Amino acid sequence: MSPGTQVRVKADFPETRGPCHIRTPHYLRGRLGVVERHLGDFPNPEDLAFARPAARVPLFHVRFDQPSLWQEGAAGDALLVEIFAHWLEPV
Amino acid sequence: MHAASPESQALLARLTAALIAKGVTTDAEIAAQIASTNRASPEIGARMVARAWTDPDYRALMLRDGSAAAEAMGVSMAGMPPLGVLADTPGLHHVVVCTLCSCYPRAVLGYPPGWFKSSSYRARMVRDPRAVLAEWGTVLPAEVALRVVDSTADYRWMVLPERPAGTEGWDAAQLAAIVTRDALVGVSLPQP
Repeated sequence: MSPGTQVRVKADFPETRGPCHIRTPHYLRGRLGVVERHLGDFPNPEDLAFARPAARVPLFHVRFDQPSLWQEGAAGDALLVEIFAHWLEPV
Repeated sequence: MHAASPESQALLARLTAALIAKGVTTDAEIAAQIASTNRASPEIGARMVARAWTDPDYRALMLRDGSAAAEAMGVSMAGMPPLGVLADTPGLHHVVVCTLCSCYPRAVLGYPPGWFKSSSYRARMVRDPRAVLAEWGTVLPAEVALRVVDSTADYRWMVLPERPAGTEGWDAAQLAAIVTRDALVGVSLPQP
């Protein structure tokens, strides 16, 4: 996932796969973004939330076109959101 | 800040007693963390911005490693999440929100204001950011692009605003005085 790669936020929910902890904002699930940069590797929150040993996983800053998300807003405005690699899928 | 209810105080007391009994933390550690958080204030972030405006090497350090830039101002970042710094340019402005909770760069800004934690700020800033900014009196020209930074994970974010015109020749103390708490998360702009 190098900068510029297009990605989709997985439309993943505890209601469909059972108890889990997904820290992607709901307004982004299933939405397209572009990788801005790798921010480092951090312990997986899905394991931290259940007090399990947590491997360090890659965290990315992902950019989303703001008007596309809401069908309103100013062209060129964007959202920049920290999302772990395993919550993203290739497009 | 409103006072905690007796119920929540009692819950907190039971939680800390359990954590201490399990050896997760100690009274001394909790006291040290409270003292460190109480010492932090937006003046730290303002001094960092003023120095970045007057010292190109410091600005480069701040953008490369915000935590190291905070340490260079005497702030202990031990045990704190990494600090990320978002540099405005003449054509780009940043504003910070945390839609999932209320992540805030406490090490360099102190406690978050109530509005930062409110559900209305958190919901509206990602959906209609220019209108929310306008309510602060921050009206961005159409040619300035806006980036709303939703703080959802391990970083804490602060904004490095543009140095305003009319501050030529000012020293770091004069510059720091115009960098407000609100400017450090991007809801307002420094005014000379």
